[in-house]
Amino acid sequence: MNRLTLIRTVVIVAFFGLLEILCRTGIISPFTMIPPSEMAVELWLLIASGEVARGMRQTLGNVAVACFFAITVGFAVGAGVHAVPRLRRALDPFLTTYYAVPFFVFYPLLVFIFGMNNFPMIMIGFLFAVVAMIINTLNGLDKIPRVYRKVARMHHMGRTKTALLIELPYAIPNLFTGVKLAVAYSFIGVIAAEFILAPGGLGYAISFAYDNFDNNTMYALMLFILVLVTIINMSLHAYERRLLRRQGR
Amino acid sequence: MSHEVHARLEGVTRVYPAVAGNPPVHALGPIDLDLRKGEFFSIVGPSGCGKSTCMDVLAGLAPPTKGTVWFEDKRVHGNVPDGIGAVFQEDASFPWLTVEDNAAFGLRRAGVDAAEIRRRVEYALSFMGLKDFAKAYPAQLSGGMRQRVCIARTLVLQPRLILLDEPFGALDAQTRLLMGDELLKLWRETGATVLLITHALDEAAMLSDRIGAMSARPGRFLETVETGWSRDRDSRMLEGETFGHITGRLWQMLRSESKRAMGHEGGVA
Repeated sequence: MNRLTLIRTVVIVAFFGLLEILCRTGIISPFTMIPPSEMAVELWLLIASGEVARGMRQTLGNVAVACFFAITVGFAVGAGVHAVPRLRRALDPFLTTYYAVPFFVFYPLLVFIFGMNNFPMIMIGFLFAVVAMIINTLNGLDKIPRVYRKVARMHHMGRTKTALLIELPYAIPNLFTGVKLAVAYSFIGVIAAEFILAPGGLGYAISFAYDNFDNNTMYALMLFILVLVTIINMSLHAYERRLLRRQGR
Repeated sequence: MSHEVHARLEGVTRVYPAVAGNPPVHALGPIDLDLRKGEFFSIVGPSGCGKSTCMDVLAGLAPPTKGTVWFEDKRVHGNVPDGIGAVFQEDASFPWLTVEDNAAFGLRRAGVDAAEIRRRVEYALSFMGLKDFAKAYPAQLSGGMRQRVCIARTLVLQPRLILLDEPFGALDAQTRLLMGDELLKLWRETGATVLLITHALDEAAMLSDRIGAMSARPGRFLETVETGWSRDRDSRMLEGETFGHITGRLWQMLRSESKRAMGHEGGVA
């Protein structure tokens, strides 16, 4: 374990330790928050009982679908826009102000179009994530040194081979940053949408527990989401750093 | 030395078309140049005089606006002929590949069999002093070593004409001298014709059989200087008197052109 990882671990342990003490000593009321150790026990019991398995499957499935489409569509649109500079100049203001749009206001419209099922959640997750992928694809393609095109031509490579064998591998660290953000934004979009009006999923389960003063279930599920998202993002972040380090960036 | 012509530029002009309201740029020529088979020829000239454009036209990376380019008696017109290799000023090593995979890149594209790739890559890496770094990534190497990776990637393809566009431009003076020695060794061993584009007069004077001094834009050859060095030369020539004479002569030709390129149109006394 290196020094940075050790510091990070100490900070996390200290935070949860402090929270545990505050909850156990009653400084934080049990009606406000249960101790982290109880959250973990509750989560284990919930998982073992299979009560939330369906909700978990639904949320993770929606996130996976939203993320997959955000990555593939985002990459395709990014590459297409990069290839047409005039289109890019026209779209630039929209891309830079995209995240100023509160997508959740479209939720009723999406329910109207797709009905009360998983599609509105997937759409919200997709809309949240896709532009991060587009922007990072554009950044990655912008950074490709012009000299590589000359090298490709010296090796008698056509446009497609140049793109696949030189440009794409060079841009991968930036594309991976897009993937990392797309995963995070898909989670945010899907779970937030489930809070609003979904018929199921983890967001709905947390909202339902909150409405029914079921702190144990609410905190257990919050802990689950927090741990899952942290593990996924830290793994992606570690891999991204490895890619960047290998390329000397 | 044989005087058989290996590559020829005849009345070559290159004009970059107008872009976004800016007028067309007459970058080069008209120029004529005969590259003799097996010689080491350098082009020196002020910044922006069209040296790199000249190399691009000769490599087939850019078509001439006027004039013709020949390589081994075949016309070159915006297509890169077989037998030409190029190394550029910018670091063009591929950071996602190891040193040996970088060197093997062109051979794999050309479908050369694995045993032959291994043989050529091993030779090129040991020739360029990179054998111990075969499994390293370019990010783990110095600027000079990365440039050697690019030279190795060109060398394995066994080009008959090697074009070098300021390959040591980003390196410090001592490393440049040592790289110059490596380059001379490579030139002697391969027997290839070498065209070096450089802004460094001392580099051109040390490495070349002939040096073409180019005017400010649009670049034209002012004069071609024969150095008269033997083939087994190296950087120790810097101590000699002749080296100083050649460098001085080049500077005499280029001083007013360099001032002109900087915007001092009046020239120098």
